[in-house]
Amino acid sequence: MKQTITEKIIAQHAGRDFVQPGDLVDVSVDQTWSDDLGAPITLGLLKTHGIPAVFDTTRVFVTSMVNAPARSIETAEALKVTRDLCRAYDVPLFEMGSAAIHNSLGIERGVTLPGELIVGGNSHSCMAGALGCYATGMGSTDIAAILATGRTWLEVPRTIRYRYTGNLRPWVTGKDLILHTIGQIGVAGADNAAMEFVGDPISALEVEQRLSMSNMAIEAGGQNAICEPDDKTLAYVTPLAARPFTPVYGDPGAAIFEEIVIDISNLEPVVAAPFLPSNTGSWRDVRGLSLDQVYIGSCTNGWISDLRAAAAILKGRKVAENLRVIVIPSTTEVHKQAIEEGLAQIFLDAGAAFSMPTCGPCIGAQAGVLAAGERCLSTSNRNFPGRQGSVQSETYLCNPVIAAASAVKGVIASPDEL
Amino acid sequence: MWTEGHGWFLGDDIDTDQIMPTRYLAHSTAEDLAPFALSGNDTSWAATIKPGDVLIAGKNFGCGSSREHAPLGLKGLGIQCVVAQSFSRIFYRNAVNIGLALLTIPKAIPVQPQGSTAWIDFPNGLLSFDAGVTTYVGVPPAPIVLEILAHGGLMPMVASRA
Repeated sequence: MKQTITEKIIAQHAGRDFVQPGDLVDVSVDQTWSDDLGAPITLGLLKTHGIPAVFDTTRVFVTSMVNAPARSIETAEALKVTRDLCRAYDVPLFEMGSAAIHNSLGIERGVTLPGELIVGGNSHSCMAGALGCYATGMGSTDIAAILATGRTWLEVPRTIRYRYTGNLRPWVTGKDLILHTIGQIGVAGADNAAMEFVGDPISALEVEQRLSMSNMAIEAGGQNAICEPDDKTLAYVTPLAARPFTPVYGDPGAAIFEEIVIDISNLEPVVAAPFLPSNTGSWRDVRGLSLDQVYIGSCTNGWISDLRAAAAILKGRKVAENLRVIVIPSTTEVHKQAIEEGLAQIFLDAGAAFSMPTCGPCIGAQAGVLAAGERCLSTSNRNFPGRQGSVQSETYLCNPVIAAASAVKGVIASPDEL
Repeated sequence: MWTEGHGWFLGDDIDTDQIMPTRYLAHSTAEDLAPFALSGNDTSWAATIKPGDVLIAGKNFGCGSSREHAPLGLKGLGIQCVVAQSFSRIFYRNAVNIGLALLTIPKAIPVQPQGSTAWIDFPNGLLSFDAGVTTYVGVPPAPIVLEILAHGGLMPMVASRA
């Protein structure tokens, strides 16, 4: 029986020859993670239920990334709980000098590999899927059960294949493709489905831009998003891989639920306006809109390639006086690399702030929370009411070059206007 | 068996940032989170909603962040059942795992005045606004969901098998 890449990976991890959409299956999990929000619940549950150890300490890690460095006594207490529980269960903890956003760190540390089955303790864990693994996000109790048993249950998703056609226009990135797609299908348009990205534009994208796409599958309700591994994928993951892996490919002619063709020939950089990621249009629709803050970072667009793209625009320029700009790398390695490559100097010379790795203002916890009436242009992934602070604030989502150009102009703008 | 409570109506795409804003996530118990439940939608909800009440939402309830603090806060308020036309996958799993009752009724439910009496027959998946004369029928949960609920949540089930 012919199977899609998603079905094949799930079948292998369920110890079955094949699975079909709708099957409820018990699967082994290759990698999981949690963070300073989830770990107190997840590891606390292990303690409460008398579970003495996690199934494999090499297949889990925790990052303190939302409320760290502690910004209040209350968050310091929660971070302390996270630290104590990680120590008790011998779970590797990354914070401060090794801080990172967990779904980015999993990729960087080579523990989300082609053919693997990944379940992370945050919704954007689906990001790793662009490397050719099944990757999905779950909540704290599901992660606790995985830590206890090394297994979880899944409903095998139907596959919706998104076939992109046409050539990428200037300044159009993976972020624009996924924002446009969410705009077309809606925030539940891929409800519990496997989103499979194919076509020449996907092949043309560098791996980190594909990761920006799979990252936002959850914003369309996708259970996972996946790209079949190609030469670019293998060149990216092979030097990082922490363990052997075997790429998996779908069977040609395997049945899928639906194929959606998206012609991007005329697509311009996309901006999603408040208060849904599906509220998208061309950047021109909001051209000239005034801004209070620009944020470049997050797990979606905090890769070194994103910082390079933003720095190329900001080099030799100054950010506008009417706004503030913050650039946040997604991992400590990206942070170091940005310093080594001189990107940090460019950001600072331009008048932007350059911070240590955290989730930053994406999640409205620190490093740029918005006041009532303020408007932020953000390379992150969500613009729901109050996502970045006050429910009276507004978040517009875009790619890193639109963010950088807008930072210089002080209003929403394209690099062509500089 | 019908149990009644006040019914409170919400719209489509109520995401978990609205159900539990980030600034309260340093808390991690249902009791501590309850006062802030739904405050990203309207700060008056936590004082309005009483134990036994029913939330009735539109499509895609609980989309966005995987934060389990969202269903924990609703559980802390003593909400009897959350009814929606559809739930996002992660929220649905989280709620089942902690023993918060959810009922998926795909058909649009006519909005009643806020606080109207709502009757729930959870074992049979039914909602009514007139003590069972007119009923709205929910989708039966998957077998694994019933199994988790029967154990009182996922971790009791896992621990019982350890």
